[in-house]
Amino acid sequence: MADKRPVLDVRNLRVEFPTRRGTLTAVDDVSFQVGEGEVLGVVGESGAGKSITGTAIIRLLEPPGRIAGGEVWLDGERIDNLTAEQMRRVRGKRIGMVFQDPLTSLNPLYTVGRQLTETIMTHQELTETQARKHAIDLLGEVGIPAADVRIDQYPHQFSGGMRQRVVIALALCVNPRMIIADEPTTALDVSIQAQIIKLLKRLCEEHGAAVMLITHDMGVIAETADRVAVMYAGRIAEIGPVAEVIRNAKHPYTEGLMGSIPVVGHDLARLTQIEGSMPRLTEIPTGCAFHPRCPKRFGRCDKQRPELMQAGASRAACWLHDTAHAEAAE
Amino acid sequence: MSAPPILQVDGLSKAFDVSAPILRRLLHGEGRTYLRAVDGVSFEIPKGKTVSLVGESGCGKSTVARLVVGLYTPTEGKVVFDGHDMAQVQGRAEMAKLRRRFQMIFQDPYASLNPRWRVLDIIAEPIRAHGLMSDDTAIARRVGELLEQVRLSAKDGEKFPHEFSGGQRQRISIARALASNPEFLVCDEPTSALDVSVQAQILNLMKDLQTELGLSYLFISHDLAVVYHISDYLGVMYLGRLVEVGPAREIFRDPQHPYTRMLLDAIPDLEMTGKKRIPVAGEVPSPIAPPPGCHFHPRCPFANERCRTETPLPVHIGERDVRCHAVEEGRLEAEVAAAKAKAPAAVA
Repeated sequence: MADKRPVLDVRNLRVEFPTRRGTLTAVDDVSFQVGEGEVLGVVGESGAGKSITGTAIIRLLEPPGRIAGGEVWLDGERIDNLTAEQMRRVRGKRIGMVFQDPLTSLNPLYTVGRQLTETIMTHQELTETQARKHAIDLLGEVGIPAADVRIDQYPHQFSGGMRQRVVIALALCVNPRMIIADEPTTALDVSIQAQIIKLLKRLCEEHGAAVMLITHDMGVIAETADRVAVMYAGRIAEIGPVAEVIRNAKHPYTEGLMGSIPVVGHDLARLTQIEGSMPRLTEIPTGCAFHPRCPKRFGRCDKQRPELMQAGASRAACWLHDTAHAEAAE
Repeated sequence: MSAPPILQVDGLSKAFDVSAPILRRLLHGEGRTYLRAVDGVSFEIPKGKTVSLVGESGCGKSTVARLVVGLYTPTEGKVVFDGHDMAQVQGRAEMAKLRRRFQMIFQDPYASLNPRWRVLDIIAEPIRAHGLMSDDTAIARRVGELLEQVRLSAKDGEKFPHEFSGGQRQRISIARALASNPEFLVCDEPTSALDVSVQAQILNLMKDLQTELGLSYLFISHDLAVVYHISDYLGVMYLGRLVEVGPAREIFRDPQHPYTRMLLDAIPDLEMTGKKRIPVAGEVPSPIAPPPGCHFHPRCPFANERCRTETPLPVHIGERDVRCHAVEEGRLEAEVAAAKAKAPAAVA
């Protein structure tokens, strides 16, 4: 996808939260691209900045959070400097969103049909009858049985999995170019999770939308994503093709993370353990943010901050892969 | 299982009254409504072993945990702890003696520790409540030992819960649970609120403590990979019933009940083998009006007329108990193989 223009291009994004005790940097110099029909997984533990990255792209950051630097390009057009009114038209029409809790994404006072037709009519020149027909088709497409009856029901009349299907229909209703899904399956039971992931992936393929899938669940990423970005303390630690990152992790953090996930069929007496926990934003270590917990740290790790560098098929922000320096020394 | 089990649960049921308010019942002529959260559950926990209960939300696994520690009283059936039927224990003193020997760890380490107490007092509470020690310096020394046992520092006793991260708080909960020298711990989703790397630390700690102290665990979880890692025995619950119970490794290797098969199939595949799956539709029905016969029949691709009307009873297969007509009739294997052949290759 190198020759084609990416759908989403995030360049050196930086998000800050000014507080009384100083400015916290929640997302620090994050760059990535998502191509057409591609699913980019973004994983990390709580506090890694993955959700903030998503909300910054669609400009729904809760104040005092603000974009302090970097650019966001959608289909070759810069969107981080649009006015609030212009941005409102991008959201929903060109970028669809699916959040973790389907109940809070839907208005409990309106029928599902009204919410769908309203969204469709806001962004497309359609009559109410046409919009309603489109809405029924969409509900059918996301696997809701008897869509023509259920369209007149309220969100509370749907089960959790069905609600998430409605939210996906809502995100897809005007054929957006880009879908940002933030933990779309976390609130659901495992058997439903598999259904929703499959649905999301199929629909995005059919609609040719690019997807940014934010989750803490490596299993979901393995099933869905084409590429994956692993975030740690506000930065991307490693980014690469999903099979490569999972089977052949290049960053010690990814390696530790993969080892700490129990797997059915692997008989281990103990899981790999990363000592300590993710640093708070107020006390991010110097140099590589992971160095105090890293089993492979060496001289420069606590002084110099590594940028992403090529490591096999992936790129990792780790001095272990600093071949450029090694070659220069020769 | 030659030694007597530490815990025996026999035909345990719990019904909650979820009736409408009395005025509404009188006006509309409605009767009372009951929700059978747990329905005839039987299993036992051998000493020093871990038994896990898995299932989706609303299947009754947490209710079983609460019944076992006595936070709820059973509607039917009994809980036998080390030979004592908990319902037959006479007098508070006798009960207190037994209560000291089992403890519970809860899911949310942010809700289960009193934010206004110092960690020292939180951990000392069971020691004081059971009158195990009265001398304050002795208690402080014991709390220090407990903190070190869960890999925290003895000095952490002076701090308040908000000064700790989620994983450290869960360690404090474990230290508190260990304070009365219990033999048996009930752990209700102890790692679900934690990040994976922290979860690994807690699971490792729990395994170490089991070896060091000879603890037995009842482990409640919805995460099958975690359960695989920690359990010796496994029970799979669906809408209040235990549909399959037996040695964990055996169930994972060769699941019998169609629901167990479905759950195992639904685990996201971290190794990307593109395994074949039997597609399962639908969601868990409301536990207030569960389907008749086998509760799983509306979602089961192998259900027939008998499944829709007759409640399956446990069938013994080796060390396992399975509640499924198709397994009992011996028709399931052939039908599963046929369905797999038809299934689309890999969900990818």
